[in-house]
Amino acid sequence: MSVGPLEAFWLVMRRELTLSFRRPEQLLQPLVFFLIVTTLFPLGLNLQLSLLRDMSPGVLWVAALLSSLLSLDALFKSDADDGTLEQLALGGQGLALIVTAKTCAHWLVSGAALVLVAPLVAIALNIPTDAFATMMLSLAMGTLTLSWLGAVGAGLTVGLRRGNVLLSLIVLPLAMPLLIFGAAATDRAISQVSAEGALYFLAALCVFTCTLAPFAATAALRITLE
Amino acid sequence: MWTWFYKLASPPYVYSLAGAFAPWFFGLAALTLGFGVIDGLGFAPPDYQQGDAFRIIYVHAPGAWMSTFIYTLMAVAGAIGLIWRIKMGHAVAAACAPIGASFTVLALVTGSLWGKPMWGTYWAWDPRLTSELILLFLYVGVLSLRPAFEDAARGDRAAALLAIVGVVNVPIIHYSVVWWNSLHQAATVAKFGKPSIDAAMLWPLLSMLLGCMLFFGAVLCVRLRGEVLNRERQASWVRQALQ
Repeated sequence: MSVGPLEAFWLVMRRELTLSFRRPEQLLQPLVFFLIVTTLFPLGLNLQLSLLRDMSPGVLWVAALLSSLLSLDALFKSDADDGTLEQLALGGQGLALIVTAKTCAHWLVSGAALVLVAPLVAIALNIPTDAFATMMLSLAMGTLTLSWLGAVGAGLTVGLRRGNVLLSLIVLPLAMPLLIFGAAATDRAISQVSAEGALYFLAALCVFTCTLAPFAATAALRITLE
Repeated sequence: MWTWFYKLASPPYVYSLAGAFAPWFFGLAALTLGFGVIDGLGFAPPDYQQGDAFRIIYVHAPGAWMSTFIYTLMAVAGAIGLIWRIKMGHAVAAACAPIGASFTVLALVTGSLWGKPMWGTYWAWDPRLTSELILLFLYVGVLSLRPAFEDAARGDRAAALLAIVGVVNVPIIHYSVVWWNSLHQAATVAKFGKPSIDAAMLWPLLSMLLGCMLFFGAVLCVRLRGEVLNRERQASWVRQALQ
């Protein structure tokens, strides 16, 4: 029975989503981590609200980056360990398609979930509600880009025993531009100035990464699978 | 016509070629660096604003240029190894990485030493400085990824791919002073038209740049010989060469 590429894409994606919803703790832990890390900052700053207001975009973005890193390690790990990834690669559908489906599913359960939790954190950080739309849009683009950067990093480190630290070491420098423009967009939205410039930069980074990273991630996985 | 190029894929040939080039590179580097240092520190006129403090440019600018040049070279060598499966490409990339990281550190350190009297701070979170720092992190990533693999060939390919991905940072570093309002000054030499630097200051700078290139070439040759020997330690030609 032959399966078309589009159908294969949906099948892999549905499998990924089913697997993650079967293990809800894996889905929730990064989100809880996000909440806890952002809670640390107000407490560390002795609840000085004025300081907090200035720092909130940075705190929000750094916490988002770190919590997204937590789930990246698992992107290919279990499938590589039990040989599923090899079977998928041999399946004749093209590894790039599989990688894209897996990364999109990963973004849905990590990045998109984080975007939905973000308003809760934003309220705790004293971010005005007017800025929520810009903040969520920037986080959505940022986490999608990060998922793709992470797919490259996870592909490179999946065969390693202690790949987790190395994965952060590889992905975080590449993610720094995201942090700069994402935090800038949020910051400008908070001070009620036009955030368009930073958002366009973020969108450009997002499009650039989403077009090229699938090939890099596929090449990385091929190195590991060989 | 291409035989000279094909020969570069052969480890014994690369080993002897690097050995033949190294002393020449070292000698010429000593000459050009010596001229650059003496002329730049002793004879070039002091800057009308910065006085003698500008002279750190003779170490800083070549160091910064080399940092991006070596990264690009490393990525190209890695790509050659990745695409055509030429082992010597990976050997060159592996030899490049620590040298490039050192030049990056040199550029960052000299820059911040200069920044303290001129900008009033050792470090500013400015696009040029930040992108150069990211370059250092990318070097560190490449340097730590390669030995993390038990299978050396796999580590080579992974490091090459990471180096290629990181190349996106190189144009960002180069254009950071153009694209953003930067505390760092804009290009004074590498631009169209007449360089906005006096010839008396320019000559020692160019000499230092050439000297750094030659010094890099020399160190690359030495490191490459080590890499080749280590990679080919099972081969019979190594035993003969070392006897």
